[in-house]
Amino acid sequence: MPEGYNLKEEDGRYRDPSTVTTLRVPVFRPMDLMVEASPRRVFANAHTYHINSISVNSDFETYLSADDLRINLWHLEITDRSFNIVDIKPANMEDLTEVITAAEFHPNHCNTFVYSSSKGTIRLCDMRAAALCDKHSKLFEEPEDPSNRSFFSEIISSISDVKFSHNGRYMMTRDYLSVKIWDLNMETRPVETYQVHEYLRSKLCSLYENDCIFDKFECCWNGNDSVVMTGSYNNFFRMFDRGQKKDVTLEASRESSKPRAVLKPRKVCAGGKRKKDEISVDSLDFNKKILHTAWHPQENIIAVATTNNLYIFQDKLN
Amino acid sequence: MKNKMFPKGTKRKFSDNEDIVEENSVSIKVMSSYNLQRQSLLDMSLIKLQLCHMLAEPNLCRSVLIANTVRQIQEEMTLDGSWPVMTETLNTNQNPSDRLIATEILCRTSKDGEEEKTFSVVTYDNLHTEEVLEDSLCITSTEEVPVFLPSTFGAWEREDLKKNSDDPKPTDQVFGAFELKSPVATPDPSIDELFSDVDTSYYDLDTMLTGIHGTPKMGPYDLLDSLSSSHSPSSVTSNLSCRSDLNELDHIMEIIVGS
Repeated sequence: MPEGYNLKEEDGRYRDPSTVTTLRVPVFRPMDLMVEASPRRVFANAHTYHINSISVNSDFETYLSADDLRINLWHLEITDRSFNIVDIKPANMEDLTEVITAAEFHPNHCNTFVYSSSKGTIRLCDMRAAALCDKHSKLFEEPEDPSNRSFFSEIISSISDVKFSHNGRYMMTRDYLSVKIWDLNMETRPVETYQVHEYLRSKLCSLYENDCIFDKFECCWNGNDSVVMTGSYNNFFRMFDRGQKKDVTLEASRESSKPRAVLKPRKVCAGGKRKKDEISVDSLDFNKKILHTAWHPQENIIAVATTNNLYIFQDKLN
Repeated sequence: MKNKMFPKGTKRKFSDNEDIVEENSVSIKVMSSYNLQRQSLLDMSLIKLQLCHMLAEPNLCRSVLIANTVRQIQEEMTLDGSWPVMTETLNTNQNPSDRLIATEILCRTSKDGEEEKTFSVVTYDNLHTEEVLEDSLCITSTEEVPVFLPSTFGAWEREDLKKNSDDPKPTDQVFGAFELKSPVATPDPSIDELFSDVDTSYYDLDTMLTGIHGTPKMGPYDLLDSLSSSHSPSSVTSNLSCRSDLNELDHIMEIIVGS
């Protein structure tokens, strides 16, 4: 029997072709979004602690997965086991003072990866050096600013995300209040630092109390590594143009802008007199946080995730 | 519950500090404000650590960061001597009504379905230095019933209480004989919420770090060890288990208060 959209009834019975007098075409009907993800393979029990990162290597043959204390290396063809390449679990768990927070392979050098820690350090490891990369090749750490020292210093120095630039010469780290760009050849301090929401520094105790200080924000590069982006609170996200030394704060919310409207830059009033259109720190909604952002590798299209919604923005089309 | 937290009782004074207050009141007040804030932060951190167990998905990174913060505070308190000094003062103080009596943050009540204690992270306004209102001190039971500051130490000295009398008494709230000079700040409602449906089973503090995926350890958590030993009782070795009853604590408090 010939198949076709007009040849069957709704219930599947075939229609007599001679009774077909009009043609129907499929109609697009709005319906509730259904998302179904089906796992293709599950690698169970490879990690004892919560997994925070996975990263595909530039050789497209291996990938890594990192948890709080260990990093494992996988091979796409080997599905029954992985290889442990970093292990920072102390013999006595009571001696534990530092955990792994993120890890990523270098975009070009398939033997190189980095991992960040809760103490604000980044270690670069070379897998050619040893099977177990317990000794780093490089240790990136910025000395603490003594004038800003507080009981929260360590917590806010904890790195929530690390991302290599596309060209592989830099890496970016995100800690609670800032984004830092590191030159891979300089371990002593970052080459650029951008304050995401410095006005929160005086609120750290409250943010500790309500646990917001433990929020893990991601960060990302644009395609040509000239702009970096990260999220903040109140559904704000921030972009920093490295070349032009400009930055902007934008808001991802349906209330504040219509689709296809140009986003209006936002400003947070840190103190003093609040100007019109500025938002005061105390009226920020700390439940509306943008933790995940992504930038298209070639186009100026970004994806920004709020608590319940995903926003896609693109450059104004001229 | 809030009413029970700060019942009327005997006012306490830090009689030793009165001289200092007169001589250098401003700096003392600034310092004591810092000390109180620091203590408040310490208390808050300890509560958070304990609550880690109650999370469906305990977060190791968060626990480690909080534990490190606690350690930092304790180290600073040890270095600036604010901690042993207090203990000394308390130890030499003979008047029972001048002792600082406090509740125990980390110890859980026994499983008799007693009422859950709540803790407030109280912000201290307008407190005079001669009156220290600590709701986080612990009583350990030696013969003279010395009182130890701050609460973290008391938490892990529970085994001392265990050794002492097993007088079973109905457990009242432990806050005992506090009187507040200034109105107490409303206990943080979020903390109340957190405690509202908490079960009373014990959470071993060091399993917070070890027990995420491992078997709970019985060894002590090193926070105590990092502190100066001048004040601590001899047996600060055992685990953090606070299985001892507050019955004993109550009993001791009654002795102190002389009621």
